[in-house]
Amino acid sequence: MPTHAKEADPALRVKVLESILTEKGLIDPKALDALVDTFEHKIGPRNGARVVAKAWVDPAYRQRLLTDGTAAIKELGYSGLQGEDMVVLENTDEVHNMVVCTLCSCYPWPTLGLPPVWYKSAPYRARVVADPRGVLAEFGVTIPETTEVRVWDTTAELRYLVLPKRPEGTDGLSEEQLAALVTRDSMIGVGVLAAAA
Amino acid sequence: MNGIHDLGGMHGLGPIIREENEPVFHAPWEGRAFGLFAATFVFAGYTVDEFRHEIEKMGHAEYLEHSYYEHWLVAFEQVLEKRGFVTAEERAKRMAELEKGVH
Repeated sequence: MPTHAKEADPALRVKVLESILTEKGLIDPKALDALVDTFEHKIGPRNGARVVAKAWVDPAYRQRLLTDGTAAIKELGYSGLQGEDMVVLENTDEVHNMVVCTLCSCYPWPTLGLPPVWYKSAPYRARVVADPRGVLAEFGVTIPETTEVRVWDTTAELRYLVLPKRPEGTDGLSEEQLAALVTRDSMIGVGVLAAAA
Repeated sequence: MNGIHDLGGMHGLGPIIREENEPVFHAPWEGRAFGLFAATFVFAGYTVDEFRHEIEKMGHAEYLEHSYYEHWLVAFEQVLEKRGFVTAEERAKRMAELEKGVH
């Protein structure tokens, strides 16, 4: 890599590429504006939360979701880049699943949006596969010793979504109300959902 | 290929730092870099594997010291140069122009 690129301000380096590519007619800055807007405002963990809530209230959907995650998620309109091949992992009393991408940052964009910095950071990627319960403790989560903890390392092609356990005391809630309870961290497996008050 | 990116199980990297109410992008340039991924993917015809490979070839210290979207910048520059869309010379020239306030 040329030395100047190492030293230069990243904002300037992006501007260099964007301006050259725009000048050559290879990209449209308005398309970039639209992408940024989409991922800042339209795609995020609320999408995944709707998938989870539907699975909690609709046993047939839950079954489809666990059998063919990609197709079942697409039923709710979520598909595309970084969600082409989805596997849904169901958390139960027996098994607690959590997700990492040790090699990089793979994450299911259509259902969770872009990953938080900690998910892409070296400490999480290094430690979660060696000491998952220690990592969970850092997130304030304790999983009973009798529950098996499984850590799933994402590949470049496949994306995982955790189906968290439905909190106790939520029997009377609507699908929409349930979706509001689902956190991003619970769909990565570093969070659990507290029982409703 | 193994290397510094293959972080699973490595010790000594410190605590996991989380941010409350984290923004999707921490600076406008991160958003532009993100947008470039989808935009360049379309015409340049590279794969995610190739993109990642460029990041994985970074020096180990450099990899750990630079942020996520800076890794992407390295990959963009290399992939676009290899395919002849943007050469290092073009980048250097435009950088100098931008620094002088041209464009």
